[in-house]
Amino acid sequence: MFGKLSWAAIPIDQPIPLVTGAVVLVVILAVLLWVVASGHMPYLWREWITSVDHKRIGVMYTLLAAVMLLRGFSDAIMMRAQQALAFQSPGFLPPEHYNQIFSAHGTIMIFFVAMPFVIGLMNLVVPLQLGVRDVAFPTLNSVGFWLTATGALLVNVSLVVGEFARTGWLPYPPLSELTYSPGVGVDYYLWSLEISGVGTLVAGINLVTTVLKIRTKGMSYMRMPMFCWTTLASNLLIVAAFPILTATLAMLILDRYLGFHFFTNDAGGNVMMFMNLIWAWGHPEVYILVLPAFGIFSEVVSTFSGKPLFGYRSMVLATMAICVISFMVWLHHFFTMGAGPDVNAIFGIASMIIAVPTGVKIYNWLFTMFAGRIRFTTPMMWSIGFMVTFIIGGLTGVLVAVPPADFLLHNSLFLVAHFHNVIIGGVLFGAFAGYTYWFPKAFGFRLHEGLGKAAFWFWLIGFYVAFMPLYAVGFLGMTRRMQHYDVAEWKPWLMIASVGSALILAGIVCQVLQLIVSIRDREALRDLTGDPWDGRSLEWATASPPPVFNFAIPPIVAGEDAYWSMKRHAREEGASKEPDYEPIEMPRNSPTGFVCAFFATVMGFAMIWHIWWMVIAGFIGAFATFVVFAWRDHDEYEVPADEVARLDRANLLARRELLTAAGSLR
Amino acid sequence: MTAGALAEGRDPGFVGFADLGYEGPAPKRIVTGYGFWIFLLSDMVMFSCFFAAYAVLLGQTAGGPSGAQLFNLQNVAVETGCLLLSSFACGMASIAAESRNHFWFQIAMIVTCVLGLAFLAIEFREFADLVARGAGPSRSAFLSAFFTLVGCHGLHVSGGILWLLTMMAQVFAKGFRADIQRRFLCFALFWHALDIIWVAVFSVVYLLGSAA
Repeated sequence: MFGKLSWAAIPIDQPIPLVTGAVVLVVILAVLLWVVASGHMPYLWREWITSVDHKRIGVMYTLLAAVMLLRGFSDAIMMRAQQALAFQSPGFLPPEHYNQIFSAHGTIMIFFVAMPFVIGLMNLVVPLQLGVRDVAFPTLNSVGFWLTATGALLVNVSLVVGEFARTGWLPYPPLSELTYSPGVGVDYYLWSLEISGVGTLVAGINLVTTVLKIRTKGMSYMRMPMFCWTTLASNLLIVAAFPILTATLAMLILDRYLGFHFFTNDAGGNVMMFMNLIWAWGHPEVYILVLPAFGIFSEVVSTFSGKPLFGYRSMVLATMAICVISFMVWLHHFFTMGAGPDVNAIFGIASMIIAVPTGVKIYNWLFTMFAGRIRFTTPMMWSIGFMVTFIIGGLTGVLVAVPPADFLLHNSLFLVAHFHNVIIGGVLFGAFAGYTYWFPKAFGFRLHEGLGKAAFWFWLIGFYVAFMPLYAVGFLGMTRRMQHYDVAEWKPWLMIASVGSALILAGIVCQVLQLIVSIRDREALRDLTGDPWDGRSLEWATASPPPVFNFAIPPIVAGEDAYWSMKRHAREEGASKEPDYEPIEMPRNSPTGFVCAFFATVMGFAMIWHIWWMVIAGFIGAFATFVVFAWRDHDEYEVPADEVARLDRANLLARRELLTAAGSLR
Repeated sequence: MTAGALAEGRDPGFVGFADLGYEGPAPKRIVTGYGFWIFLLSDMVMFSCFFAAYAVLLGQTAGGPSGAQLFNLQNVAVETGCLLLSSFACGMASIAAESRNHFWFQIAMIVTCVLGLAFLAIEFREFADLVARGAGPSRSAFLSAFFTLVGCHGLHVSGGILWLLTMMAQVFAKGFRADIQRRFLCFALFWHALDIIWVAVFSVVYLLGSAA
């Protein structure tokens, strides 16, 4: 009846996951109870869960990322504590649990923190920057988000029902094959990533189509803000790379479920084919994450330096060059495979070449700041912290791109330090910069500056204290993923690293406090104009939070930094005449995404536990959802012209007041 | 004069209408078709992985049968004929949809459906026969790759048939509404794309496989 599922799946004998799971369950139930009891459920359902508004979906993506960051970070701090304690001792985490923790940490941080964070920011900002009303496929956008949430849910269910993979964040065969991993851990990994992978692909298709086909009048390619360019590049990579992940994991699923022989040791299977395929996705993936971050830094640096972005065209070129070259370097993840000196040399050189466009970008940001009037706000601090940190990470990356050096450093903690250096210093700092920068756009009030800066310093210093020792200990020969060790020289470095993780914890506490304090003081931090930073691109040309239709009148663009020239024009010419408001058609909200994800969860869970009747039920439900969605007659509604006028007038008034105040200052 | 009057009311930023360079958002039909093309491209990337796996594992028969011993080209020729003709019928349905002719649309879709089902039946028989002869997907890595590649295409055709029936029902119930026309455009693209993939399967798997 229930396949492999039985009461034995609940880890009664392991206190850590059990207690954590129980606490999380209680918290979720308490929140649900509060929502229902205080009557917020209809609002939540109407305005958020079924919303097809790109801004709401962007916020929900970011919220998912923030919650999962807490989960992924608790794994991290447990690992650092374990390694600090585990010199000639078993530490406090048994090996099978430790292995699940490092696997879950990597999986969660990449797929359910970094990905939803950047996709959330792109969703929130890109249609606004392009001056349009929504993304190309609003309902599909909601489907994509909820499928990502399904994946995150399944990973977390594995904490209390069954187990998670012990194979690392990429399930290398033959370890991940049924012979060596007979439990459900790898299946949890496979199904949650297959489902969230579909969600990511949908988001990618949506954003590519949006950038290429839906821009406001006059927004030619070379007038798009840099963030739109990096979004385009990143989502092109999603469209080209995520199907590889889907196919590769499908092959592993077939091996595990139906006895196929893609990656098995026997019957002709080829283990190294998995490494090749997974990294043909995996290397573009790191650029999928970091390119949007580059876009965020471009916006932030330009805004807070009060100057147009230096070398816009070279920036576009560098972005697209990275987009292409990122598909030509995957083999550097396994130089030790033994492909021979020629192959290794080619991929080593390609890996060094890809550092060049990134260098171009760094210089462009520096020259943007040069001779600018720099305002050291929190987003700007993250950006400067990024530039310093990312250069170090890039340099160690070029070092491991040299095949002979890589033979020594492969799978050592040096490598672990390197990729944390670029992912924390690049992606995460970028995500935090974007979060602080666009928060007032999403909610209409700014985040508390003092706590934001405190968070930045804790993160920055914590990062260096936590990861610089790992470079050293990597040189001392320590390999990654060790549950305990006997080498005395490693111990002091690992102790320092655990102090670093405590500093990062302080940074995260500051961020949580910042959110709480900012919500409490929201009236004091309120921004009525919609342009709190004196911005340059079109997202600042509308109210904060923007009305559901984004722009009462679609803006018309005549050059780069569209909103900057509009403001200058308004200052010189004075107030403009009131525009002619017209009714606006908007897509109707739809529960399709949520219902789809519900059935996907049912199917995924049933697949993991081999409950075949439930798989079929889930499939029928999903197909029925599809037909019901296809059958509806009215997928749009009209916002009347009066309503448009009322919303727009209030914002125009606030803007005019600001302009007058600024004019009197001059 | 109109440009000036227009500019005042419709252009609050006062940037003027000269040298726009881009005409604004594309119409829905273009956007939908374009987005679906991008999906198809991603689908082809997925197929290319299965093709690559097949190429890598081609010689890994683990002492079992090779393609030359297993494939029946006549069978595959009939199969290919069915699929290509169904694509032609689907093209006919597109023309009928364009001219809003219910009768011929439904006829052409039924023909598409029947030919698609015939294709699936032949493929299913081939698979069943292979399994019965002890050449199932778990026999060798070569056969794993073969069954996955061809089976994945078969799954796509099956999904396409479900979609086709839904399309017929929708046109029957709601007529040729603009959104249904857009959906049908996507369906037609999907069905033709499956043909393109089949041509690659036919050449790489069956033709090259029987020659080896």
